[in-house]
Amino acid sequence: MEFKLFKEELKVVNIGLASFGENLKNENTKVVSLKWAPPALGDQKLFSLVKKYKRLSEIEYKG
Amino acid sequence: MNNYIEIRENAYLDSVTLMLLYRKLIDVEGIPNANVSMGTDHNKSILKMNDFASSEIDNAGPNDLIIAFSYEYEETKVQAMKVMEDHFNQSTGMDDDEEYSPHSLEMALKIQPDSNLALISVPGENAAYETEKCLEKNMNVMIFSDNMDINEEKRLKQLAREKGLLVMGADCGTAIINGKPLAFANCVRKGDIGIVGASGTGIQEISVAVHKLNKGISQAIGTGGRDLSLEIGGITMLSGLEALMADPETKVIILVSKPPAKEVAVKLLEKIKETEKPVVVHFIGGNATEVEKYGGIFSENMEEAAVKACKCLDDSITDEFFSKQIDIDKTAKQEIEKYSPEQKYLRGLYTGGTLCKEAILMLHKKIGVYSNIPLEKDYRLKDSKKSEKNTIIDLGEDEFTKGRPHPMIDPASRAERILQEGDSKDLRVILLDVVLGYGSHEDPAGAIVDSIKKVQEKYKEDGKHISVIASICGCEEDPQVYTEQLKKLEDINVIVPPTNAQAVKLTEKLMDL
Repeated sequence: MEFKLFKEELKVVNIGLASFGENLKNENTKVVSLKWAPPALGDQKLFSLVKKYKRLSEIEYKG
Repeated sequence: MNNYIEIRENAYLDSVTLMLLYRKLIDVEGIPNANVSMGTDHNKSILKMNDFASSEIDNAGPNDLIIAFSYEYEETKVQAMKVMEDHFNQSTGMDDDEEYSPHSLEMALKIQPDSNLALISVPGENAAYETEKCLEKNMNVMIFSDNMDINEEKRLKQLAREKGLLVMGADCGTAIINGKPLAFANCVRKGDIGIVGASGTGIQEISVAVHKLNKGISQAIGTGGRDLSLEIGGITMLSGLEALMADPETKVIILVSKPPAKEVAVKLLEKIKETEKPVVVHFIGGNATEVEKYGGIFSENMEEAAVKACKCLDDSITDEFFSKQIDIDKTAKQEIEKYSPEQKYLRGLYTGGTLCKEAILMLHKKIGVYSNIPLEKDYRLKDSKKSEKNTIIDLGEDEFTKGRPHPMIDPASRAERILQEGDSKDLRVILLDVVLGYGSHEDPAGAIVDSIKKVQEKYKEDGKHISVIASICGCEEDPQVYTEQLKKLEDINVIVPPTNAQAVKLTEKLMDL
């Protein structure tokens, strides 16, 4: 079966280095660049808790 | 000396932007020391080591931008602050046509609802989280970030495979999808050859060689360096291979990887039995019998992989296509005549990991190569920052890139290392790669020219000659323009063979005792 992405126009979401988004734009690729910042204000402990909470809420939702 | 320290709260900048501002500050005359970084614990300890201790820095958080520099005169400080303000005014771009940048994936998908690929280059500890969110939205993902937990990588790749999506990476530097270069990739023409590669500069070197052979690339799928490990099991290479087998625009397939785990190699080779398309296999250091047993076309180096793939499409192409472009014997004879007896050694300074590996593999048996990525453990350098005898270094390895950008983005570390090597009086050859394309520095040849000239002059003052050999991985259509980079090197008598393999073959001749 043909791989879907190869049959479509490439449309990119760029998350991270802004220069990668600029390069894609220069190649006339459709791209939206996120203004990314580390989640939980960069606090890794808090971030782990957020992820754990997210998983728990998914389990509850699915369950 | 005085210190200037500024904290900008909640002003997260990516590593390339930080590097650009750092370079601008350090270029101001009278600033001997500067640091521009986010307030992570690691960065704060580096600032302390560099004599920038302050309570403001202690209190800064990971989302706070720290700008620090030392200066003697007030005018220097004023000039540096002007440089900073100009930089921020430029990067916040007050133009009318400034595009809105969303803060979340959900917002991005409202702007561009049918997005089908995410390019992720956030710090490694955040990459898995961002990848999973994108997979949930049925997007393919290319993960440029490194340092992702290997179990997370496997879990995400399995999830992608179940959904019929690709996860390229982690640590995937290069891909070309539907003719569009992503991250570090060259502007090669579109064509009939599909590549799946576990190595970024491997894909670049092969796709550029294909382009020089007047053929083109249908798709180049990066897998990340660990994909063919036993732990991951080649999930992305298998998905990529299947995708290319089913792709009507791909007529020939090339697989390229650093040495894979044996079981994984067998699994992939079993798969190629299912296609009638020719599959050229370049597993570095691999063996021909094993590949041919499964119907694959074995290739010994990257140039050969490109030539063999192109020959499947056009039988007028000969094996000597690249070797004809340089008379190695004649060049070697001219160079060897100029050496003095105490000149014995080689120093290879690479920015591309697979180009470096290829050079070591081709030369180690003959001359014994010390490295930070050696073929044998006895040849591991005690200190990567100090060369011994014949040494070839991968400057993109972790010990050189912690806290600073990769040398393909910021070539300053290599320029310094060239100068350092020039202090040795017993060298015959300095061997280099110059990698062009998107993502790479705007002028990688220009960035090393001064260092090379200084080394050449130093040798000349001692009545000696040193050979400098550099291959350029790039094409005319790349932003840096191949012929312009070539001229910069040839103007200072650097020998520029057409591929890395040819550069190494010439080096081998020059190292003949």
